[in-house]
Amino acid sequence: MGMTMAEKVLERAGGKAPVRAGQYITAKPDLVFMGDGLADVYTILQEANVGSIWDASKVVSLMDHAVPSPTIGLAEKYKTIRTAVRELGIATAYGERVGICHQALPEKGHVIPGEFILGLDSHSTTHGAFGAASTAIGYTEMAYVLKTGALWVRVPETIKFNILGELSPRVMSKDVLLHIAGRYSVEVAQYKAIEFTGPTARGMSVAGRMTMSNMGVELGAKFAFFEADEKTLAFLRQRTQRPVGLFGADADARYESVHEVDVSALEPQVSLPHRVDNVAPISAIGNIKIDQAFLGSCTNARTEDLEVAAGILEGRHIHRDVRMLVIPASWEVYTEAMRKGLMEIFIRAGALIGTPGCGPCCGTHQGILAGGERCIGSHNRNFKGRMGSNDAEVYLASPATVAASAIEGCIADPRTY
Amino acid sequence: MGLVMDGRVWVFGDHINTDLMCPGAYQWGTWEEIRPHVLEACNPRFPKEVGPGDVIIAGRNFGCGSSREKAPKNLKHLGIRCVVAESFGRLFFRNCIAIGLPILPCGNVASRFETGDRARIDVEQAVVENCTRGLRLTAEPLSREMIDTLREGGIIALLRK
Ligand code: SF4
Repeated sequence: MGMTMAEKVLERAGGKAPVRAGQYITAKPDLVFMGDGLADVYTILQEANVGSIWDASKVVSLMDHAVPSPTIGLAEKYKTIRTAVRELGIATAYGERVGICHQALPEKGHVIPGEFILGLDSHSTTHGAFGAASTAIGYTEMAYVLKTGALWVRVPETIKFNILGELSPRVMSKDVLLHIAGRYSVEVAQYKAIEFTGPTARGMSVAGRMTMSNMGVELGAKFAFFEADEKTLAFLRQRTQRPVGLFGADADARYESVHEVDVSALEPQVSLPHRVDNVAPISAIGNIKIDQAFLGSCTNARTEDLEVAAGILEGRHIHRDVRMLVIPASWEVYTEAMRKGLMEIFIRAGALIGTPGCGPCCGTHQGILAGGERCIGSHNRNFKGRMGSNDAEVYLASPATVAASAIEGCIADPRTY
Repeated sequence: MGLVMDGRVWVFGDHINTDLMCPGAYQWGTWEEIRPHVLEACNPRFPKEVGPGDVIIAGRNFGCGSSREKAPKNLKHLGIRCVVAESFGRLFFRNCIAIGLPILPCGNVASRFETGDRARIDVEQAVVENCTRGLRLTAEPLSREMIDTLREGGIIALLRK
């Protein structure tokens, strides 16, 4: 019997004894990465009197959720991270000079198809776009992994989304994912792995796939894979010295369910407050005025996303009642966007530009919403209170829809641009 | 730690995410700053009236969303002894075991309780009782390892060994 991608990775990471979905195993990660949570993990290690860690060469550290720090409390946290990096001997530490962890990790060549990766942030599923089994754990479990190099894992069942049909102009992979959330709910993949397959998935760019895998966690998933194909390898080969190879499921692997998603007639999609699966097509959205438009986050702030938004904003002005924030996902994206002239387009259109990082996505700093305000963003969560006031509303959409909405001052259809 | 508890119930619905237990704007603040906002958006009475020994009974997908471990830690600090829900976000589930907050999945549990009822929960035997209404529900048992970790009070105790 063939194996799914999750089964293959966990069989190797678990020490090669055969595994099947449903089994509990102890697996050794190939890589662990930590953003701001390293401060908390370090505190836990100290409380438990753990002085040294299992393998500092397998650890990547960086700072992303609130750089530069907006409060004394966060400044202290970043200070603790610098201490932790020194004391634990973590060689690969990028500090605040790289961007959001999920974008920086593959850019810097740390993501290898078929490897098992543990992060401290729920959107660690992003690296499934490269065929890696990547997921999140909490601080206490991370402390345990740092000491022992291993963790209990339940080998997940896998569900497959077979994506067919050609996307219309201005309809993006974000729309496909939001459509899936709306149709199948935020629980469809709870405790499970996802494999995104089919001709449309194969046709997606690396950036587009990352958006889908990133939001796999919004469907409840533990892992959210795409097959590692030639496109994946072309991206990774310039970035790592380590061998990278094609990686996918066996043809006769067993899936818990297979869903066909035909996207040929798909419109731009919008997720309405306060749940990601509360999704409607743009044509069903009435006149919803907005106060803030956010183009950023680990979901949709790659060069390709900024290009789409800049294509819509070029030569136009952001509506006078809207503040638009553009925050590139990483320093690499920022540099590339500068080189391509995209940042100038945003500035001329009237956007505020932020340092690569999470920005307002998690409501910690920059662009926090007041009561009664509405924001449309290219990010991944519209939970009540996540971006500030409990009385604010957050709408999620593609970079194209965010740009069109910023111009019109209300949620707008990007296909008219 | 004993894994049988008896407590006053707070009932919550489906899809209660970790941002609601630990809002971003306060999550890096002190305990005094966060405390009034824990689940405030779902039930404003909760942070004001919750007390040591209380238990949470909830619907589906409890603890979905961010990995923030502070979410279950905040519940623990408020004195919550146990969380029973119809299903859990996977990160929240793992975090609860890791920090030693007893947790139990139990189908259709939310409709069998009202806030203020008394519940008796036996995590090891996977039984949930509504003492106020005289109902007895069978929950899904946790694995041996999870129960052992909870008995120790979480992973830190294991790390110290
Ligand atoms: S951009 Fe948002 S979702 Fe992504 S890691 Fe940062 S806070 Fe989390």
